Amino acid sequence: MSDHSSIDSSGHEAPGNDSHAQDIAGHINTYMWIFGSLLVGTVLTVLMYYVDFSSMAMTVAVALFIASIKAFLVAAYFMHLMSEKKLVYSVLLLAAFFFTGLMGLTLWGSFDLPTNSIHKTSYVP
Amino acid sequence: MQTATQPHSHSHDHAGHDHAHHEPGFFSKYIFSTDHKIIGIQYGVSALIFLLFGFLLMLAMRYQLAYPGQPVPVVGSLLQKFLGDDLAKGGVMQADLYNSFGAMHGTIMVFLAIVPILFGAFGNYVTPLQIGAPDMAFPRLNMASFHAYFLGGVIMFASFFTPGGSARSGWTSYSPLASVTDLVNRFDGQTYWLIGMVFLITSSLLGSVNFIATIIQLRCRGMSWMRMPFFVWTQFITGFLLLLAFPPLEAAGIMQLMDNLFGSSFFLPAGLVVNGTALGVSGGGSPLLWQHLFWFLGHPEVYVLILPAIGIVAEVIANNTRKPLWGYKSMVYATMSVGFLSFIVWAHHMYLTGMGTKIATFFQTTTMMISIPSVIILTALFISLWGGSIRFNSASLFALSFLPMFGIGGLTGLPLGFNASDVYLHDSYYVIGHFHYVVAPGTMFAVFAGIYYWFPKISGRLMNETLGKIHWAGSLFFMNCVFAPMFIQGFKGMSRRMYDGGTTYFLGVDPTALSLNKMITMSAIALGLFQLPFIINFFYSIFAGKKVHSDNPWNATTMEWSTPTPPPHGNFTSEPVAYRGPYEYSVPGSKTDFTPQTQKP
Amino acid sequence: MEIPYTYKARPDTGLYNAKVGIWLFLASEIMLFGALFSAYILLRVSAPVGFWPETALAWPRGLLNIPIGTFNTAVLITSSVTVVMAWASLQMNKFNHFRIYMVITVLCAFAFLGIKSFEYNDKFSHYVVQTKSGKPVTGHIEVNGKHPRFWNFSDQWTLARLTAENVKEISVAVDPERDEHGHVKSHSNHAHENRTIATDDIQFLGSYTPATHPFFAVYFLITALHGLHVLGGALVLAYFAFPGAKMWKDNPQQFINRIEVGGLFWHFVDLVWIFLFPVVYLL
Ligand code: HEM
Ligand SMILES: [Cu+2]
Repeated sequence: MSDHSSIDSSGHEAPGNDSHAQDIAGHINTYMWIFGSLLVGTVLTVLMYYVDFSSMAMTVAVALFIASIKAFLVAAYFMHLMSEKKLVYSVLLLAAFFFTGLMGLTLWGSFDLPTNSIHKTSYVP
Repeated sequence: MQTATQPHSHSHDHAGHDHAHHEPGFFSKYIFSTDHKIIGIQYGVSALIFLLFGFLLMLAMRYQLAYPGQPVPVVGSLLQKFLGDDLAKGGVMQADLYNSFGAMHGTIMVFLAIVPILFGAFGNYVTPLQIGAPDMAFPRLNMASFHAYFLGGVIMFASFFTPGGSARSGWTSYSPLASVTDLVNRFDGQTYWLIGMVFLITSSLLGSVNFIATIIQLRCRGMSWMRMPFFVWTQFITGFLLLLAFPPLEAAGIMQLMDNLFGSSFFLPAGLVVNGTALGVSGGGSPLLWQHLFWFLGHPEVYVLILPAIGIVAEVIANNTRKPLWGYKSMVYATMSVGFLSFIVWAHHMYLTGMGTKIATFFQTTTMMISIPSVIILTALFISLWGGSIRFNSASLFALSFLPMFGIGGLTGLPLGFNASDVYLHDSYYVIGHFHYVVAPGTMFAVFAGIYYWFPKISGRLMNETLGKIHWAGSLFFMNCVFAPMFIQGFKGMSRRMYDGGTTYFLGVDPTALSLNKMITMSAIALGLFQLPFIINFFYSIFAGKKVHSDNPWNATTMEWSTPTPPPHGNFTSEPVAYRGPYEYSVPGSKTDFTPQTQKP
Repeated sequence: MEIPYTYKARPDTGLYNAKVGIWLFLASEIMLFGALFSAYILLRVSAPVGFWPETALAWPRGLLNIPIGTFNTAVLITSSVTVVMAWASLQMNKFNHFRIYMVITVLCAFAFLGIKSFEYNDKFSHYVVQTKSGKPVTGHIEVNGKHPRFWNFSDQWTLARLTAENVKEISVAVDPERDEHGHVKSHSNHAHENRTIATDDIQFLGSYTPATHPFFAVYFLITALHGLHVLGGALVLAYFAFPGAKMWKDNPQQFINRIEVGGLFWHFVDLVWIFLFPVVYLL
């Protein structure tokens, strides 16, 4: 939470005072846990590769699910997105929205093809 | 109300700083400068040169359209000498040269002239001044951004002299056309074009990060969001457009580069046959993917071309009507909506690529939605004129004629946005007419207005009004003579991008449509001649223009006029504070008809 | 006037300039890599039937070296932890720890790049041979008793070149056999069996390079761009660890900020890899 305390108070708090150091020590614990979880997640992803999910959709979903959790851990803790300023969230939200739009609409566009063409046969790419 | 939340904490001592005292040398002052004002001027000068160059390319093309098969006057022999017989035999423009000039005209105008003028030059010079900042947030990044732009420009220019000539697949560079122009020499003009684009995109990305950060972080005390001049708002939104829309084109550019250099098939379909021989590529790529990625930038880009222009016009109009802008807040929100929506309308450029009805309807709907805020902005500007005592100087004449010209440009966009009518109009001269009305008499007029308006701040001298008015009258008249007939040609079925004005490909086009070509070309030449008063005026005024007697010759309210003329390094002599909104003109009960933002209540 | 908030936070946003800058930059990076991932997905799902595998089961699945990829993932994750530890050490005023962590980070970065170039090298000299009679065969090839060298692009072999230079046959050190899931068959011995294939029997020959299949084009493009980010980040972090560390004496707060900003970039590079690894190696 107080990652930014030294920054918020405009640098008045010298880095390295005691209560601050304790805070950070607590964080280090968290970082180690996350390090562990990330490694476990990686191993899990690879193991999933050897499991037969019968459908491609399922395989993709599982792989992306694990990757998203790992990504969440990195973003939330290492990048401190758990407790960031509103401005940062808004910028990321914009990017996320436009990225979704780009991917979603492009994919939609490549599947919504004209039917009932005057040639009476449907269009095969 | 927001004043209380504003920072006032940069009070640490600067006594030790002496870098303002020693004179920097030529290189550090003009080439490696980190001062936003110098960088703005660098951008402005380079971009104006590119603007002239792009215009000359177009004149050569226009000549070809009006007088097919005849040598280009004046420069014909030079073209032959420098570009060779393949491109300009006997001084006559050949088809390849026409395509090459066409592609480069579009590229240069959009990426090397207009955007750098609006964003690089005016944005750099004026934005920090208007928000009361000493400089941009990241001055060295700003310099890097200019250098990347300049390098990109040099690469683009150099591409004319590569064997085979410059890129010639249009400014849109559609694949697979762009990947098959020269199958032997893979390092052809197209490759130069792509590398140049990567530099230009990088420049824009660095610039936009810098602009947004500056506007968020460096607003002076009291400069709350709703006290920012409208121009700053347009720069802010433009920054976001560039920041988020350009990266996909950068990705696409690199992919096309790989297609050209390493033989990959990102955008090449299987079984591609060129000139009767099968191309030995793996295939499996998608030509439409290029179009999606291109237009994902392309549409926001057209708003990059127009929003800062509207910002300039708003400043000039408020100042010369001596009235506050009507509906400032709605204009701000409308600008935000335009910016936001411009990311989800791109495929209206692709109605004819074989898209299904559902997605076409989606893009048609968003396109119609985006025209609503555009109309709001324009209407607010029109209403701002109502009841004002308008000063008709060169700046305000250009700004005033921007309004109807942009109106025509915008309204002619609507039939293009409906997919039923676009099926007929797509890729015709109607489209050319549409977007040129927006960028030429639109954006360009705003650029001229901006130059006449801010010239005294930059140089300490006024531009000549008589020459300015001649420039304005001639430009307005001949701009319309050039672009209005294009609508007619388009309706009559004349296609864009065709060599010889369609005579060689004659497809039942009404001959009267072709006959308009001569008139358009003549008008374009006249339009060029009417830029001479401007060029003369510009250089004359730098050295011998009438000196301004105050720092605020237009009696304006915004903060750039509270600085010394020209502003020194660091801009303000004491910490500026904004006490009021940006357009307090003719406030009842006040002694003067303007109350500067910095004036204490 | 000096530029304000170069290291102190602006009260109303709570951020210092560089932090605003880096997040804006990362937003644009999201769009950059987002577009690349979108392109990958689009190419894969809209390709002609049979060109890309419809299921996870066939070629090109399993073309990349999974153990090495996994190891590299771990390397990058480690560097992400050490960079955040470096930042935390500064917060606790332990400059020496900071430097150690930073050095580890940079070493990890170069380890990652080294391993990646090893993989690249292997791909450039790895071929897929589609015979007229049977299933595609993959492996390192030998032509006229010589291995083609990856760094020499003109040394790449294609069917056209074989015919042009009148080569009658090539020898392939065939990769271990895979089952229909793309996994190496457990009973196949891992030694490479040498097989000789006549030029007449070859329908297609191509190395694992962008020209052979869009999969490789995508793989090389995204990983190379990611690699450039790793390289750039590593250089900046190395600068902070040594010459740039002078700032710790004059302006500790600004130095901590720099490490934070550099770290943010580094974590982003890690994030990209977290998605890249499953998407190109495993799917
Ligand atoms: C509400 C306003 C607008 C609407 C509805 C609109 C709609 C369209 C549509 C549908 C097209 C594609 C036509 C086709 O290729 O068949 C188009 C092309 C174009 N528009 Fe607009 N537009 C608007 C405003 C603008 C503005 C403000 C600009 C620039 C400042 C602009 C610049 C362009 C350009 C450059 C093209 C041509 C791109 C090319 O194919 O080379 N438009 N417009
Ligand atoms: Cu558009």
